[in-house]
Amino acid sequence: MSTNSPDRIRKVSIIVSRGSLDGVYPGLIMANGARMEGIEANLFFTFFGLYAVMKGYQDKIRIATVGNPAMRVPDAKGFPLPTLLGALPGMSAFATRMMRKEMEKLDIPPVSEFIEMIHDAGGRIYACKATVDMFHLKPEDFVPQVDKVLTVGEFYELSAGAQIIFT
Amino acid sequence: MAQKNIAGHTVDVDAEGYLTRPEQWNRAIAEALAQELNLQLTDAHWKVIEFLQSDYRERGTVPGMRRLNKVGGFATKDLYALFPDGPIKKAALIAGLPKPASCV
Repeated sequence: MSTNSPDRIRKVSIIVSRGSLDGVYPGLIMANGARMEGIEANLFFTFFGLYAVMKGYQDKIRIATVGNPAMRVPDAKGFPLPTLLGALPGMSAFATRMMRKEMEKLDIPPVSEFIEMIHDAGGRIYACKATVDMFHLKPEDFVPQVDKVLTVGEFYELSAGAQIIFT
Repeated sequence: MAQKNIAGHTVDVDAEGYLTRPEQWNRAIAEALAQELNLQLTDAHWKVIEFLQSDYRERGTVPGMRRLNKVGGFATKDLYALFPDGPIKKAALIAGLPKPASCV
């Protein structure tokens, strides 16, 4: 099978730096997909991406309806959502709910469940020390799937031989 | 379409070795395909294979990890323990089903 070819990817380190729904999910899908292909996967959460691994915040991740010029309503081929409307209270929550419904149909899990799935699949999950210090966070602020709070140096060490993907 | 001789049967396979005609599948073929992946099938493996086959018959697509968790009742960890490095791909191949086509 093609999984034995010498130039196949064997290890990835995926950095999740953003805290919006579209900032978090691509990294999770890539990490999970890597494990499903027998590829070693490290996930490194930094800046607002950290909310994906913080207790009580994981499933509150939302889509930005402001500052998102590609956002269309009522669906992907609809009309561009004017910034002023996007700013109305509840718009972001509403758009997030719509998107979640579509994801549910495709069996894409909520963030908390997805992190658990990746961890159970053998993917390793790390939080960025600089951000943890900057946000005044403590180890108990994170879900149990977080293996360690890492410095950038440690991140590079454990990424030896890996492709590094920044999202 | 490539053919492959396995466990005394000739079967049609695609470029990656997935059976293209599920009706050609049988348990002896599954055992032989598993051996090629260095797996010895146990009852636990068979439960997964049988779930994949019945779910595929019902929905026409190989289930993803979440469906295996929620509907099949298999834990992610156990699936990776049974079929290391790519549980659904390997189980689908052994089950005589197409390569999984979903991203999750």
